Amino acid sequence: MIGIEHYVVVSSILFVLGVLGIFLNRKNVIIILMAIELILLAVNLNLVAFSSFLGDLTGQIFAMFVLTVAAGEAAVGLAILVIYFRGRGTIAVDDVNRMKG
Amino acid sequence: MDWSQSLRLIAPEETLSLAGLALLLVAAWAGDKAARAISIAAVSVLVAVMALVAPALCNGAMGPETVAFAGQMTADAFASFAKLLIYGSAAVALVVAPSFFERVGAMRAEYPVLILFAAIGTGMMVSAGDFLTLYIGLEMNSLASYVLAAFLRSDDRSAEAGLKYFVLGALASGILLFGISLTYGFTGTTSFAGVHAALGGGLNTGMVFGIVFVLAGIAFKIAAVPFHMWTPDVYEGAPTPVTLFFATAPKVGALGMLMRVAIVAFGSAAGAWQQIVIFAAVASIVIGALGAIGQRNIKRLLAYSSINNVGFILIGLAIATPQGSAAMLTYLAIYVAMTVGSFVVVLMLRDADGNPVEDLADVAGLSRTQPLLAAGMAIVMFSLAGIPPLFGFWGKFVVFQAAVDAGFVPLAAIGIAASVIGAFYYLKVVKVMYFDEPADKVAGERELAHTVLLVGTGLFLSPLGYLLTKWLGGLSGAAALALFHFA
Repeated sequence: MIGIEHYVVVSSILFVLGVLGIFLNRKNVIIILMAIELILLAVNLNLVAFSSFLGDLTGQIFAMFVLTVAAGEAAVGLAILVIYFRGRGTIAVDDVNRMKG
Repeated sequence: MDWSQSLRLIAPEETLSLAGLALLLVAAWAGDKAARAISIAAVSVLVAVMALVAPALCNGAMGPETVAFAGQMTADAFASFAKLLIYGSAAVALVVAPSFFERVGAMRAEYPVLILFAAIGTGMMVSAGDFLTLYIGLEMNSLASYVLAAFLRSDDRSAEAGLKYFVLGALASGILLFGISLTYGFTGTTSFAGVHAALGGGLNTGMVFGIVFVLAGIAFKIAAVPFHMWTPDVYEGAPTPVTLFFATAPKVGALGMLMRVAIVAFGSAAGAWQQIVIFAAVASIVIGALGAIGQRNIKRLLAYSSINNVGFILIGLAIATPQGSAAMLTYLAIYVAMTVGSFVVVLMLRDADGNPVEDLADVAGLSRTQPLLAAGMAIVMFSLAGIPPLFGFWGKFVVFQAAVDAGFVPLAAIGIAASVIGAFYYLKVVKVMYFDEPADKVAGERELAHTVLLVGTGLFLSPLGYLLTKWLGGLSGAAALALFHFA
């Protein structure tokens, strides 16, 4: 029998993978965008699982809002990435270092 | 609470949204030629909305009649206090912008619109009575802010600031959301009042994880240590008027949101978060002070200064009393004035060709070539350092007094000791300006709006500010009372 704890464990693993994806990846900013989406999907899984477990609709409504905002966030992120690429000609994470200190 | 009354309570947000959408259409049709006209319209709307918000603060509005949409929004005196600061600093960020952007030919019509949308989101953050509205407000502010940070599209540093702000801001939102989802799962509700009631019945591990993740996500937004690393890069890279905005409005909004979440939603589990806030406060004060010492760029230095100031403000939260919250609000009001003053000085630092001067070495001997500018900067720096005759001292004093009254004497002692370390680099700026050999780099600029703002904040921060202590204390006391008054 699959219970609420299984869902929470899966979403926690996804969340940790997303956070590690941001910090361990040294190659490409696009991978960071994917890691951010992974984090948001982990949250959505959590919200929907809790919503079903509690028999309360709030979590599913919240998940709808998160999905919508995530789409806007990805659009803004890609737009910023495009102007960054235009200026620098690269999107390698290690090259994002004009400012330091 | 019926529908029409709810709509009346969120009139400021409605006005700003409608004005923002209308101005967006104007911007789309008329193009960049209309940028100045749109800025003027946006500033007037912000000032009008401040007038709309003020009565709730003066009446000390609190209790059930301030709750709109079944607890989604709260328009009490606390929200009004924060919104006055937020809308005011958004208006300042608009007033100082045209002369900065026109010089590089980048005064585009979307700047005032983005500032307006960010201001709405920031206002929603402090008004939120539910994690759902909190998240929507936070993202409205963040999405507009990411774009604003990268506003100088052709400038490498601005694009990099936008990218860094986006990645770390999105990570922060993700952490916050994960905390919200855990809080929802273990308390069964997302409303602050419901969470408060549920946590009162005892804590389990899941709830503690939820609280920690929510606080970590918010700590990113207020740039508290250990989640501060984006601040110097973003403040340095973003265009200066945008940096002024970042250091004021979203900071006030995120701190207001943190206060409401900590006191109202998690108030019945204060023991679970007080240690975290105390650690963040002390670490922010120390790291902010030490990190600033080696900096050569003035905007970077001010970024560390803002980390340092957030530490002092968090002391007021750590003690979790109405007096502490009132002290935080007083400090915030003074902090906004100091930040506006310091960034206006940075905006006025121009070389003979009109290029911005941001290097500390280039302002050497400023007092001999630009006495007014140097005096303004000196007042702001002494005030940030908390040297007694200036008003910045009052903010630190009320916070430490609240900490001592609540029995947190060691915390206050550490704060006072660390503010001495902080004084070192503030005084270094003054020393460079007054006693070093002139670098003759700065030609200064005479823009009426900048001079008025500098003189205004200078007078507020001067000893004359102490005439306002009773008034300011009364307002922040009423706001804190409203924060602690919940069913």
